[in-house]
Amino acid sequence: MRFGRALLVALALAYGFAVGCATVHAAGLDEAIAHFTTDDFDETLTGIKEVAASGNPRAEIIIGALQTGQLMFSAERKAVYIQDSAGKLTDAATGEPVAGAPPADLDTVNINNRLRGAIAAALGQLTLLSNDPQKRYEAAQAVFKSRAAAALRTLETAIAKETDSRTKVELELARAAILLNIAGTSDADKLAAIAIVGDRGDQEALALLADIPARESPTVARAAIDAINAIQTRLREWEAVQDAWYGISLGSVLLLAAIGLAITFGVMGVINMAHGEMVMLGAYVTFVVQEVIRRYDPALFDYSLAAAAPLAFLFSGSVGILIERTIIRFLYGRPLETLLATWGLSLILQQAVRTGFGPTNKEVGNPAFMSGAFDVGGITITYNRLWIVCFALAVFVALIALLRLTRFGLEMRAVTQNRAMAASMGIRTSRIDALTFGLGSGIAGMAGVALSQIDNVSPNLGQGYIIDSFMVVVFGGVGNLWGTFVGSFVLGIANKFLEPYAGAVLGKIAILVLIIVFIQKRPRGLFALRGRAVEA
Amino acid sequence: MGASSHILIRSLDRSAAIFLIAVGSIAIAVPMLNLYAPPTSAIHVSTYLVALFGKYACYAILALSIDLIWGYCGILSLGHGAFFALGGYAMGMYLMRQIGTRGVYADPILPDFMVFLNWKELPVYWYGFQHLSYAALMVVLVPGMLAFIFGWFAFRSRVSGVYLSIITQALTYALMLGFFRNNFGFGGNNGLTDFKDILGFDVRSEATRAALFSISGVTLMIGFLVCRAIVTSKFGKVLIAIRDAEARTRFLGYRVESYKLFVFTLSAGMAGIAGALYVPQVGIINPSEFAPGNSIEAVIWVAVGGRGTLAGAVLGAIIVNYAKTYFTSGVLAPYWLFMLGGLFIGVTLLLPRGIVGSLHHWTALRRDRASAAAEEGVAAPPPEPQPAE
Repeated sequence: MRFGRALLVALALAYGFAVGCATVHAAGLDEAIAHFTTDDFDETLTGIKEVAASGNPRAEIIIGALQTGQLMFSAERKAVYIQDSAGKLTDAATGEPVAGAPPADLDTVNINNRLRGAIAAALGQLTLLSNDPQKRYEAAQAVFKSRAAAALRTLETAIAKETDSRTKVELELARAAILLNIAGTSDADKLAAIAIVGDRGDQEALALLADIPARESPTVARAAIDAINAIQTRLREWEAVQDAWYGISLGSVLLLAAIGLAITFGVMGVINMAHGEMVMLGAYVTFVVQEVIRRYDPALFDYSLAAAAPLAFLFSGSVGILIERTIIRFLYGRPLETLLATWGLSLILQQAVRTGFGPTNKEVGNPAFMSGAFDVGGITITYNRLWIVCFALAVFVALIALLRLTRFGLEMRAVTQNRAMAASMGIRTSRIDALTFGLGSGIAGMAGVALSQIDNVSPNLGQGYIIDSFMVVVFGGVGNLWGTFVGSFVLGIANKFLEPYAGAVLGKIAILVLIIVFIQKRPRGLFALRGRAVEA
Repeated sequence: MGASSHILIRSLDRSAAIFLIAVGSIAIAVPMLNLYAPPTSAIHVSTYLVALFGKYACYAILALSIDLIWGYCGILSLGHGAFFALGGYAMGMYLMRQIGTRGVYADPILPDFMVFLNWKELPVYWYGFQHLSYAALMVVLVPGMLAFIFGWFAFRSRVSGVYLSIITQALTYALMLGFFRNNFGFGGNNGLTDFKDILGFDVRSEATRAALFSISGVTLMIGFLVCRAIVTSKFGKVLIAIRDAEARTRFLGYRVESYKLFVFTLSAGMAGIAGALYVPQVGIINPSEFAPGNSIEAVIWVAVGGRGTLAGAVLGAIIVNYAKTYFTSGVLAPYWLFMLGGLFIGVTLLLPRGIVGSLHHWTALRRDRASAAAEEGVAAPPPEPQPAE
């Protein structure tokens, strides 16, 4: 009996609900649309809300038209139309084309910023039930941002039938955000909502939770504080990961710039102050290659770097050999004077490029595969940085292989360790010197290709890297490529970790001071060559 | 042998005397001709030239300080511009404090840039700079202390050669980055400028400029005498020994580090004085003075004139800077960097002894040939030792 009554009540309720819904459904759209005919922002706002709540399949089209300014109305006929881009009118409620002449007082339904917000929220709410999972996902994110309470019921329907797990998480997040924002949610629901938001764990979740402790009951407040702390810890961890990534990225740039320097310094004891200009020349080779491609075959643009890298190697390398043959070989045994002569050379090269290409920055484009970014966990990685890290590692590996596996590498190592002995064994040291200088300069040229992607290509490009490269070589030690490798990444990462605390400039100063102190402890660097030959 | 070395010292003395007389007479004559000769007469020296050569005199002192450590002790500092600039900043701070209420914001204590940055009180390290005597002390002390601390670490751990050069370059680079910052308290990017007067005399008046020129000339003479006293003494012989064979000198029982530290600190103090005299004459000091390029340029002055010869360093500073002024102001301006770069390469390749060093070398050769011809059959004396790395 009692069961029967309960059933009856339930049925009656269900019927009433269904009927209620149906009437809202049927009557809703026409009445809602009528709000658009008054040319009044408040009325339009009501119209948006009612159209969104109507659940009519036309609702999305109507509000979309409102957003793009295609929704027209006629106050005289009390009718609303959608005008397509060709100017043809259709009835907003039915989608039927309008026959005959358009009404004389046809006008656009105006919107302002407040309405734009409402439109976005309404569209988010409407597309929650879309058939396209990607649309649902985006809609859920939009609702999470807008926290429009009106979307709650639609959200719950959507959650109930959602099958895509990624979208479901996002929908539940949106629901939690709304629940936390409206009055009358039970504590248990709030705790569940805080747990869901806490799992999201980013800045937006933090913003959502921030003002909860102040206005909620102690249990909820404590849960919110715990969630905030958890999120902050996680954000800090991601920040550390981000700093490490930036450090690796900077380290790879330093590695590219310094490795050529390390080779020439290691083999010849020569500090090449014009090394930065070799990098700069490489960057200008990239610029020229891209200009040529743009002029003759723009379709090949994506391959410009692949063409520029070997060309830059050859060009900078030949310039390097030329310098060695004409200047540096006369100065062996006088390292300090070599330093001055190469400095003079760097002035000449800079001025030559300035005269030839002008003093302004040159535009070097990113090929498609180097532009854009992707997210890993809480950090964003840009493709150009990623490719530069890969490129630096590839150059390093190739160089190690060259030194280990080829005859030239063997001879080069012999000359590094003991020049006199190598010469007695029949190695033509002057040829090795020239080739080594060419190799070091060529690698600098390839570094220039990479740097053209992330830095301004100007005659001063090399100047910015030269002191840092020296620091890497001094820190890592001479005659050992692993020293340069470790040196670049240690300095790069240390730099990026110091920056948030000390600022970019003070961080740099701190690094310089640390190196000056470090050099006291190990005057020959981290990985010093050992043996009789080292101290000549 | 004894007689010939005696002659050598006497002839060097004579050239030193000629140098001192030349500098001294210029230091007196130029201001006189500027102030008292009528502007229309042929012997009048324009104020522009007085200011220009006053600047060169300061560069010459800087060149002397570099020659003292590079030419005689083999320490190639690529950061001597830092000591020069620090001395300049110390002087600039004094001149800033002298502006007083005549600044744009008319604050009696705070320099304009501090008022602009909304600072409420003077930073502690600016205290005392209203007195010239205190500022003058700091001009020597700040660069000297920095050089002492830096050298203490560097020389004791036997950082030498190109390593030392690179580290000194990093030092001046780090200082440049620091002084570019506003919160460092030295005017940031703009540096210190807009000076009004020094000891109550207007820095921009002709008489003050002439006086500053004379003071710079006299300081140059004193610097020359001090350096000469050092390099001709027994101490100087040890310095030269360190330059030519550091390890052997150490094995002979000399404390190489102490010698280097002393001469490096002294040289930094001299560079500081040069900077202090420079600032009132050019009217500005800003962080670009710390740029590594400036320090390297100063080294090339010494190389051009002849390292290991004090008069050569002075001559080199004046010649190169006059050339710079001449070429950068004319139609050849875009080519000046080509010339400067070419100078670096040409001097190191073709004229490693520099102008004065080569002159000495040629006269010594001619004398040797003459004496060899006179005393046929007697072996020629060993050639004069040349600066080596």
